[in-house]
Amino acid sequence: MAEQLSGDLRLVGLTKSFEQFTAVQPTDLTISQGSFFALLGPSGCGKTTTLRMIAGLEDPSGGQILIGDKDITSTKAYQRNVNTVFQSYALFPHMTVLDNVAFGLKRRGDKDAKRKAEEALELVQLAEVGRKKPVQLSGGMQQRVALARAIVNRPDVLLLDEPLGALDLKLRRQMQIELKRIQSEVGITFVHVTHDQEEAMTMADTIAVMNGGRIEQLGDPATLYESPRSTFVANFLGQSNLLRATVTGEPGSDGTVVVRSHDTDLEVSRAHLPDGIREIFLGMRPEKLRLGTGGGPNQLKGTVSDVSFTGVATQYLVRMPWGRELTVVQQNDGSARAVVGENVTISWAAEHGFALDAHQDADAGVDTED
Amino acid sequence: MRWVKRHLLAFAALAVLFYMLIPNVVVAIFSFNKPRGRYNYQWTEFSTEAWQHPCGTPGICESLGLSLRIGITASFVATVLGTMVAFALGRHRFRGRAGTNLLVFMPMATPEVVMGSSLLTLFVMMGVPSGSEAILIAHIMFCLSFVVVAVKARVASLDPRLEEAAADLGANAVQTFLRVTLPLAAPGIAAGALLAFSLSFDDYIITNFNASPSSITFPMYVWGASTRGTPVQINVIGTIMFLIALVVVVGGQAYSSRRQKAA
Repeated sequence: MAEQLSGDLRLVGLTKSFEQFTAVQPTDLTISQGSFFALLGPSGCGKTTTLRMIAGLEDPSGGQILIGDKDITSTKAYQRNVNTVFQSYALFPHMTVLDNVAFGLKRRGDKDAKRKAEEALELVQLAEVGRKKPVQLSGGMQQRVALARAIVNRPDVLLLDEPLGALDLKLRRQMQIELKRIQSEVGITFVHVTHDQEEAMTMADTIAVMNGGRIEQLGDPATLYESPRSTFVANFLGQSNLLRATVTGEPGSDGTVVVRSHDTDLEVSRAHLPDGIREIFLGMRPEKLRLGTGGGPNQLKGTVSDVSFTGVATQYLVRMPWGRELTVVQQNDGSARAVVGENVTISWAAEHGFALDAHQDADAGVDTED
Repeated sequence: MRWVKRHLLAFAALAVLFYMLIPNVVVAIFSFNKPRGRYNYQWTEFSTEAWQHPCGTPGICESLGLSLRIGITASFVATVLGTMVAFALGRHRFRGRAGTNLLVFMPMATPEVVMGSSLLTLFVMMGVPSGSEAILIAHIMFCLSFVVVAVKARVASLDPRLEEAAADLGANAVQTFLRVTLPLAAPGIAAGALLAFSLSFDDYIITNFNASPSSITFPMYVWGASTRGTPVQINVIGTIMFLIALVVVVGGQAYSSRRQKAA
């Protein structure tokens, strides 16, 4: 992917307030040209409003939108070289599929509109349906027509507003791969809005997790997942076990710090511990925990309270002496399985934990996904 | 017995259709009559005389021409104005919107006798002479309401995202209106225009209040004639009007179902 500063999309202090509330807090964001960027968050977090401001369909209350060095904040939607794939597709019902795709080109007086539209339909593998009306197509096909209609204009930025939301799971998986393929083929900057964390992680190079009108954390999918910086991100992206703990020791020579939780000393990597805080939530992803003592130096004893077999893995709920249940996911790799009521030891390595400031809601972001 | 039960709905539908169409059929049959007296109420013998000379009765084609002129002008003006009003009411929130809605509805709810007489009072007070201009103004006024209602229903069902999509794809406000909004609202506008024309063409009461001796519309002519005798030409013109309406409606249906099916 070419690193050209000239086509980066930049939001500078961009904000949007309605009468009663602020939908988007002042936001600074740079999305590099040619990248696949996801705005991820629960409904009402301001991600769609941000997208609509970039498209020019919503006027910002403040701040700037720039593509390269060009300030497009005050331009109208039809003047921007930005196209949108709408959640409802918004295909023109009175036009054929081909006329839909050619619409943008014709507005610019492109002499070659028909041929280019046909090519775009080929790109989304719908070359044969050009003369049909949108209502005659299935949801998945309409989705691809909407994509072709936007891509054919070669926009600087392509905006996707929950484009896969109306598709069933299987089709959604297919389209995720398809979208990714098309994006790398055409090399246009994609900004994808979604509430589906799995979708965002599958497709995007960079994810901005939004909550309450502001960006909670920005990073590549692996970093966000392994080192969340807030309980919201920890809970919204996948599942997390959070233990309240106090930092008791100083960093050791092996790069770990000792924290105390429920009268047990546990270790966490120094690199995963934010500076200057004593009260923390120690977080562990369920699949990083092991039943037995083989997982690492951190060990907790408990009783299995629930076992659910999911095929590739088994999910256990293990009740701690102080009443809280931890979730453990074990690969079904042939090792012995525990049963309900069994006393087990949970273990994990220091580098598999992450620490969060305890001055926040431990349940933020829980159950906000579908 | 079971056969009758199973087809009961079809029988009922046919009976209703028969009931609704029988007056038109009678009018058409009697257009081929050659009455002995001045009244065309009893079948005597078959003749195509009236069809060969549809204007054979003095004044009838003049009144038809006036009705067509008023009908076309009134429905055109009412459609243009009504479409604009419908978009304003359907798309924008403004002060007095509820009041406007009520005012638009009023002419449909007001008895025609009341409207006709009060319009006459108004025209007399303002010094507007009775005649075809006064009739035209009156017709535009009451047709407007029907156009607004027809178009507003269509506008309400339009997805505003489609206009956003058009803007997003580079269409300015005028292009968006002409290429997306107007074509999508067209069925509502066409329905409103047809309704307006038939209402205007058909109107007797309001027209009669505001007419002058030189502005006899077709319904007035028919009514006036019926007191002295009914020329067969009335049936001929009535039949032609019915056939034109039939062709327009059936043609419109066929066209829209073909567009739906077109692959």
